[in-house]
Amino acid sequence: MSKKHVVSATINGDEVEFLCEARDTLLDALRNSLGMTGTKEGCSNGNCGACTVIMNGQPVVSCLVLAMEAEGANLETIEGVACGSELNEIQSAFLEGAALQCGICTPGIIMQAKSLLAANPDPSEQEIRFCLSGNLCRCTGYDKIVRAVQAAAAKKRSVAS
Amino acid sequence: MATVDKPKYKVIGTRPIRHDGVDKVTGRAKYGADIRLTGMLFAATLRSPHSHAKILSIDTSKAEALPGVRAVVTSQDFPEQGDRVVELGEGAANMRHLSANVMARDKVLYKGHVVAAVAADSMHIAEEAAQLIDVQYEPLPPVLDVLQAMQPDSPILNEDIRTESLGASGDDNSQPTNIAMHYLFEKGNLDEGFSQADVIVEREYDTTMVHQGYIEPHNATALWNADGKVTVWMSTQGSFTARQQTAELLRIPVSHVKVVPMEIGGGFGGKISVYLPPVAAMLSKKSGRPVQLVMSRTQVFEATGPTPGSHIKIKIGAKKDGTLVAGDAWLAFEAGAYTGSPVGMACMCVFACYDLPHGRVEGFDVCVNKPRTNAYRAPGSTHVAFAVETAIDELCEKLGVNPLDFRLKNAAKEGTRRVDGPVFPRIGMWETVDAIKQSAHYQTKLDGKFRGRGVASGFWFNAGMKSSVTATVNLDGTVSLVEGSTDIGGSRTGIAMQLAETLGIAAEAVMPTIADTDSVGYTDVTGGSRVTFATGIAAYEAAKDIQRQLVQRAAILWEVDAAQVKYEDGGVVGPANQKISFAELAAQLHETGGAVIGNGTSSAANQGGAFGTHCVDVEVDPELGKVQVLRYTIAQDAGTAIHPSYVEGQMQGGVVQGIGWALNEEYCYDADGRMANPTFLDYRMPTCFDVPMIDTIIVEVPDPQHPYGVRGVGEVPICPPPAAIANAIYDAVGVRMQTLPMSPPKLCKAILAQGN
Repeated sequence: MSKKHVVSATINGDEVEFLCEARDTLLDALRNSLGMTGTKEGCSNGNCGACTVIMNGQPVVSCLVLAMEAEGANLETIEGVACGSELNEIQSAFLEGAALQCGICTPGIIMQAKSLLAANPDPSEQEIRFCLSGNLCRCTGYDKIVRAVQAAAAKKRSVAS
Repeated sequence: MATVDKPKYKVIGTRPIRHDGVDKVTGRAKYGADIRLTGMLFAATLRSPHSHAKILSIDTSKAEALPGVRAVVTSQDFPEQGDRVVELGEGAANMRHLSANVMARDKVLYKGHVVAAVAADSMHIAEEAAQLIDVQYEPLPPVLDVLQAMQPDSPILNEDIRTESLGASGDDNSQPTNIAMHYLFEKGNLDEGFSQADVIVEREYDTTMVHQGYIEPHNATALWNADGKVTVWMSTQGSFTARQQTAELLRIPVSHVKVVPMEIGGGFGGKISVYLPPVAAMLSKKSGRPVQLVMSRTQVFEATGPTPGSHIKIKIGAKKDGTLVAGDAWLAFEAGAYTGSPVGMACMCVFACYDLPHGRVEGFDVCVNKPRTNAYRAPGSTHVAFAVETAIDELCEKLGVNPLDFRLKNAAKEGTRRVDGPVFPRIGMWETVDAIKQSAHYQTKLDGKFRGRGVASGFWFNAGMKSSVTATVNLDGTVSLVEGSTDIGGSRTGIAMQLAETLGIAAEAVMPTIADTDSVGYTDVTGGSRVTFATGIAAYEAAKDIQRQLVQRAAILWEVDAAQVKYEDGGVVGPANQKISFAELAAQLHETGGAVIGNGTSSAANQGGAFGTHCVDVEVDPELGKVQVLRYTIAQDAGTAIHPSYVEGQMQGGVVQGIGWALNEEYCYDADGRMANPTFLDYRMPTCFDVPMIDTIIVEVPDPQHPYGVRGVGEVPICPPPAAIANAIYDAVGVRMQTLPMSPPKLCKAILAQGN
């Protein structure tokens, strides 16, 4: 059995330490070492985007990041998107717009959309579609997802102004 | 838009937030692979590298010796099934085949077929150990083409299969064969029908195997306890059929298995058959620990149940005035390794949209060295819709008739007899065609080079089957609703809304829970577009049961005869016009006799049937063969839309799966039967960037067999897209595509051939 390593990182604002093997992915560490199963596994090779988290401000597929690469990183996961019991605009828009069916892709899509809206508060439909093209959804046909991201962006802009 | 008058409802037709919504947008919802049990082991499987081979020997000693390994299983650990056919809740299954599919015995029949499994302290150790298992094979020639598999000299996959005939005669049932089923349905007189035809179109079509593509891989976590009871936590479309399959495969009483349905990350028909639970359970029995087994994406592609490839011949004829007079169809479907393709259902669907006086449909279920196929959204109907709806487009062109007018003239309606026998009750085929004809999309002219428009229709039966719910009234005026239907796309809210409507309370006042198999009555699978219909009827019956009990309670309060009390408008009314609301009465349950629990079951044979008509605009790049979908409109009969947002969602999701099937998705096999593209990168499903918004028109022709007129909506939207897109491609560049997918290489080749 290979020796485990200690990794220190900030996750959703909290400083945490966790143990991992050198061959563990960040997705493994989140789900197994930290019990944070909100981040989902769909393919383990970066194709589906279900495991998207934000690492140092950039969206990454956590199945293609080694856990040890997270040393010193600032990570945001789906568990940290709501502020206490108050949902984020994107989460609310997904519920109001029925933008999920089975919901397995939803955490990854919300993380990707959050990263998009942080960089671009008023994205066009094409920009939203391009940004989300690495996140597969098999249930919705994407229509209501795109509309929910548009609605969340509008809400966020109206709150900001 | 409603095409017929209907009563207005208070809850039905509104768009409340789904009850499980917050859990699903915050990451709190627990899916199958999210469960963690004390002492839980992780399991991995070893799978066949060959598509067809005899297993000569399996040596597990090195794997067992690896530190951290707790159990290893092969087929030797599973009970023999013998010649048993068992009804499993969604059709009968040959248990020997089902068992061999879960763990190969003497032969492997497709690449990825499981031959052994290991449970260990970590996933890494389990995977390492699986690679240490030494399996000796004798490779056999693979059978990969459905027509080749039907030849008398073809290698045989299963020595125990003989052709079973349904409606057909003259089959040789004495020899082993790959042709497991031979169907024949006839109506009228085919020769007489074609003799009346002024125009006849006769074409052949091919489709390739495609996968449901749910994002969540199959999973099972099992504990075989010291008392002999097995608990399985898993993602499944049907906890009761999963329980029965697991019990039958392990040959233990069904009451010894409890299935706990976790949240499920998509199914589309592919999460009904059991693959992992018996394996995880046996590893748990041998190790004495709970065991979790999760498939990789490649394993999902290679070894679960996609929908078959097919070869289809269609011949249809019509009179000059556009009257359809005769149709002949010949269908050969890949069953995969074991019997059970949906060709029987395809036979029933092929001409179902039309009032066809003379018809004949013949179908064959054929084993090939590919994974055992399974249901995929309206199983079999999309294949035949691609064929018949493009043939009809050609027929309309030859006749000089508008394809929507042709459909309006020949649409199946109440009283139409299908080729396979059943007579339709009130259905909405005509209304969906009319809705597309009136739509803003169809009314807007399409301009531009290499652009074209296509239309197509589709049919799906919609199942009834059995459902159960219990509903407990709480003192605060709410209801806790326990149901057995696993919820893949928001159905628990649709069921709760029907209960709320019947009781006259708010949707938010009902709290739905999906229960395990020990905690709710028998419920069939979440499939066949049946849940909102059938479990909805059960919820309606439970609400009626609650109404009856509340009438009794009010009679006690008012000291009157219960016969003089009635339930209406969210409360109870007495003989002196006394009124008490549901919430007020709920608050007094303890004083009037204790808990009120309503029970509801349903056991409907069938629904009225679902129809949809689609319109699509495409632009073709003739140099690259790439097709861009520019605009898409779907009109579908939902009977009564309970939650319109989720009805639209089913329609949009089905369309985009259909677009993927039409344009990109396929199982690519090499000559040895190895799938060349078992990843999402190479098995190219539509991304967000590939598709436009999908416009929806909900047509409402209520189904008289449901108290609120519900029709299932989940499946039929996948049926028309490949044909509608093929017709649009013809309109754009003048080539008739007769093969799916209409991917860039195939379309380029067709365009070049036309140029030559």
